[in-house]
Amino acid sequence: MTEESPDIETPKFVATAEPSTPVSVAEVTVAAAKPQAEPVAEMPLLRIEGVGKKFGSFRAVDRLSLDIRAGEFFALLGPSGCGKTTLLRMLAGFEVPDEGRILLDGQDIALVPPHLRPVNMMFQNYALFPHLTVRDNIAFGLKRAGMARADIATRVAEMVALVKLDGLEKRKPDQLSGGQKQRVALARSLARRPQVLLLDEPLAALDKKLRESTQLELMDLQRRLGMTFIIVTHDQEEAMTMANRIGVMDAGRLEQVATPRELYEAPRSRWVAEFVGDVNLFDGEVTSREHNRLMISTKDAGTLSVAEPRQPVTKPVVSVAIRPEKVKLSRRGPVPDTANSHAINRLEGVVTDVSYLGGLTVYKVKLDSGAVLRSSMANTARLDIDAYAAGQRVVAWFTPDDCVVLEQ
Amino acid sequence: MSARNIFARPARLAAIAPYVWMVLFFLVPFGFVLKISLSQTAIAQPPYLPLFDLTSGSAALKAAFAALSLDNFRLLISDSLYISSYLRSVVVAVTSTAILLVIGYPVAYGMARLPQRWQPIAMMLVIVPFWTSFLIRIYAWINILQHDGLLNKVLLALHIVSVPVVWLSTDSAMYLGIVYSYLPFMILPLYATLAKMDGTLIEAASDLGAAPGRAFWLVTFPLSLPGVGAGALLCFIPIVGEFVIPDLLAGSSSMMIGQTLWLEFFTNKDWPVASAAAIALLLLLIPPLLLYDRLQRRTIEGAG
Repeated sequence: MTEESPDIETPKFVATAEPSTPVSVAEVTVAAAKPQAEPVAEMPLLRIEGVGKKFGSFRAVDRLSLDIRAGEFFALLGPSGCGKTTLLRMLAGFEVPDEGRILLDGQDIALVPPHLRPVNMMFQNYALFPHLTVRDNIAFGLKRAGMARADIATRVAEMVALVKLDGLEKRKPDQLSGGQKQRVALARSLARRPQVLLLDEPLAALDKKLRESTQLELMDLQRRLGMTFIIVTHDQEEAMTMANRIGVMDAGRLEQVATPRELYEAPRSRWVAEFVGDVNLFDGEVTSREHNRLMISTKDAGTLSVAEPRQPVTKPVVSVAIRPEKVKLSRRGPVPDTANSHAINRLEGVVTDVSYLGGLTVYKVKLDSGAVLRSSMANTARLDIDAYAAGQRVVAWFTPDDCVVLEQ
Repeated sequence: MSARNIFARPARLAAIAPYVWMVLFFLVPFGFVLKISLSQTAIAQPPYLPLFDLTSGSAALKAAFAALSLDNFRLLISDSLYISSYLRSVVVAVTSTAILLVIGYPVAYGMARLPQRWQPIAMMLVIVPFWTSFLIRIYAWINILQHDGLLNKVLLALHIVSVPVVWLSTDSAMYLGIVYSYLPFMILPLYATLAKMDGTLIEAASDLGAAPGRAFWLVTFPLSLPGVGAGALLCFIPIVGEFVIPDLLAGSSSMMIGQTLWLEFFTNKDWPVASAAAIALLLLLIPPLLLYDRLQRRTIEGAG
């Protein structure tokens, strides 16, 4: 997935996995009893209750419920047309939900017009007022709030410093670069100190390098201001980098709400597993169970030994998901002297394709069954003594703990 | 390098075309008019003294230059008929443009906010009157406004008035005719500006706390000013020189400059004075044209 910065992401996962223990991900969270006590103790800042929105006969958002706590950096992730932007626009007030409630601090704001909501939005195309200077763009919301002149000047100066736009206050939007426009849009939406800041694909218009640095700046800003950010994105890498929690949406519904790590390592459905990152999937049937392991007989990869999930598998027909980086390749397979070695899954095949991506190399291995297995291995050494070439016969292996069982 | 030149030549030719057009169809006729305006009237065909007779040598040319006079322009200033015609033209044009704006803006705004698929139909409805001859439409108005016309019949039938009202040959009738005729020229540029306006700007304004009315005055209206300027000048400039509508619908007590011109050319047969009046009219229209140019340049710079 992120081939270039695994060392930046890893500590972040550790740091952010602790504070958020969402109700919905009992699958991985250790304490199963905890979620029942939590909603009573802490009312979320934003509660979306059974919200639905139809356009004609198309159900853009389908009775969706979600809680977002104060100070969270929440990402709505999904393919285009999944309803994430419609949901965001309902939070901003540009769309009125057909059903359900949107509670902000306990008050239903579903029918409150946008200009009366303590929520601000940063638009995908920035929507800067072309006839106003940078300063007047940032001051626009403050003037509408009836703030005193002197206070507006102070706040604008503060915002300009915050997003590092010093010296550009008198420019018009068309005299700014894309990155500078993005900062003005951010400053303008933050100036009123909204309870929730909504960001609609805020980085989509920036080039890759600028996008990465801006991601880090946004995270830093959110942490410093302690504000609640809800970002809509179709870029899973962006969502994983920035958000504390991610809601993955498809066809107007939330498929899973989890921390980035949970989403990647413990996807709840086949769809999520495939949407977030790369994955090898094998369909099969549970045949037996031994020592917390399920033996799953698959058509393409023989019998796989898989760690039993916390939530018991109810249906016999399942999919086994293994992320490519969990699949190791070797010429002879693992040495069979470790304690768990008997349970290690080994698949034999021939390397058909080698993609060198710098930080890692992705191999495609054609198994003897004919199915293709992907393996990605970090290029930890500069000299590739251990690299495999196309046509080479290899053993691909992975442990039972690296497999995720998904019901179909 | 050479490849660039190959493409540069037709491009340069194309760039010259408007200038050729301007010289042929504006500058040369303008030269004729200017020449006539500096000449004297005469009972001849054409009815003015010839100026530059290039066949009669340099001495004659010098004499011709000496004969040039600004007398016709002096007459324009000294005779109150011309001054009052110009004044009336400007007053009528300003008033009509203001009325056109007040009517045209809401119509254009409404059109721009229609669902996408209805907009071409609305545009058609605005343009449809052009399918009928302009003169016929003005004559139709005469029919409606005359003593026993449709308007008076309706007003009498509804008991709004007890005796027929005099509509025809009044300023009201003239303004009605002008506003009716020029409305599409006001609506179309306004609609073009309003329709291409980014809707998220209004959303941004309301997101930042502006109620719908405020959002309109703070964002939509200032951004539509180029359209307002274009529509206003597109109406103002031809209305100043309007001849047919005031002639057919207004009373004969006071004239617009177009009518005065007509009178000088065809009734008095005083071409030099008529030409001088036409040139003065052109000079009168230069300031608003320059204003329009500056306005447009500023919006181009502003919106890049």
